[in-house]
Amino acid sequence: MTVTYILISIAIMAGMTYLIRVLPMAIFRKKIESPFIRSFLNYVPYSVLAAMTFPAIFSCTGSVPSAWGGCIVAILLAYWRRGLLTVAVGASAAVLIIQLIGF
Amino acid sequence: MKKEEFAEGLRDGIPICLGYLSVSFAYGMMAVNSGMPIWSTVLISLSNLTSAGQFAGTNLILAGGTFLEIAMTTFIINIRYFLMSLTMSQKVEQKMTMPQRLGISFGITDEIFAVSMQHPRELTASYMAGLIATPVAGWTAGTFFGGVLTSLMPQIISNALNIALYGMFIAIIIPPAREQKAVLFTVVLAIIMSVAFTYVPVLTLLSGGWGIILITIIVSAITAWLFPMKEEKEEVS
Repeated sequence: MTVTYILISIAIMAGMTYLIRVLPMAIFRKKIESPFIRSFLNYVPYSVLAAMTFPAIFSCTGSVPSAWGGCIVAILLAYWRRGLLTVAVGASAAVLIIQLIGF
Repeated sequence: MKKEEFAEGLRDGIPICLGYLSVSFAYGMMAVNSGMPIWSTVLISLSNLTSAGQFAGTNLILAGGTFLEIAMTTFIINIRYFLMSLTMSQKVEQKMTMPQRLGISFGITDEIFAVSMQHPRELTASYMAGLIATPVAGWTAGTFFGGVLTSLMPQIISNALNIALYGMFIAIIIPPAREQKAVLFTVVLAIIMSVAFTYVPVLTLLSGGWGIILITIIVSAITAWLFPMKEEKEEVS
């Protein structure tokens, strides 16, 4: 593992990641007119975030009961329209308490 | 540069920054433990600003992978940013200049994308600069301290913080799902498909970057077909 190898590898990782991020932003400078595409893009955040969160959230804390507890607390807080930080901290606190109890 | 917009972005970036600290801390620990020099982990975090993609890349470097392997793996894991960037391109203000677009593109991560989509107005370069700055600081600093303090963070704290980012995602998808049937439909369908892609034997072959992409495209297309948006709703004042 030479320094050159590491540097070239990092450059490839960074370059590839940036390319993916920059192409659409650089190409689509006008508002897209098609109602279908506009609706499609409107729903993208919800589908991508839901798919990334579930079921991954249940295996992210090292114990299933604490993950369920954290998830339920997060859903309740979000349902009551608390802010992002409150929901994130509330879920973490729930996980911590449940793990301290011994689950 | 508009100061208030920048400050608002910085503030909105705080929850992301907190979540990033623990994840990047773990990354720094893991990578340095496995033999990466600290400077290289910090450089990777600063230049990649992505979780799964750089974790996989780091593993490949440690295993002495070829440059082609590193390029392909990074591409597949991060291809979802393509859709996010496309979506975001429709929410940035029309007068945003090309250099500004090239600049903010660097900061498109799952979390920054999520928060920017929740922002009630069009996205300005100043707001995005702030929204990207706090998480970058957290991500890079966390990596550094993780590498330096290898294994000092109690496991139970890092377990608890692991759920922070998912909590944030939930905070973003639930409130609109309460109000719009279409969003509720999107969320439920995406969860069902994601669970299927995780547990149904044949589908798990597609897990990882491609699975998320496929789910996003299918679910958004179905919802867009069933619940086309009315034009006025999308107008941002």
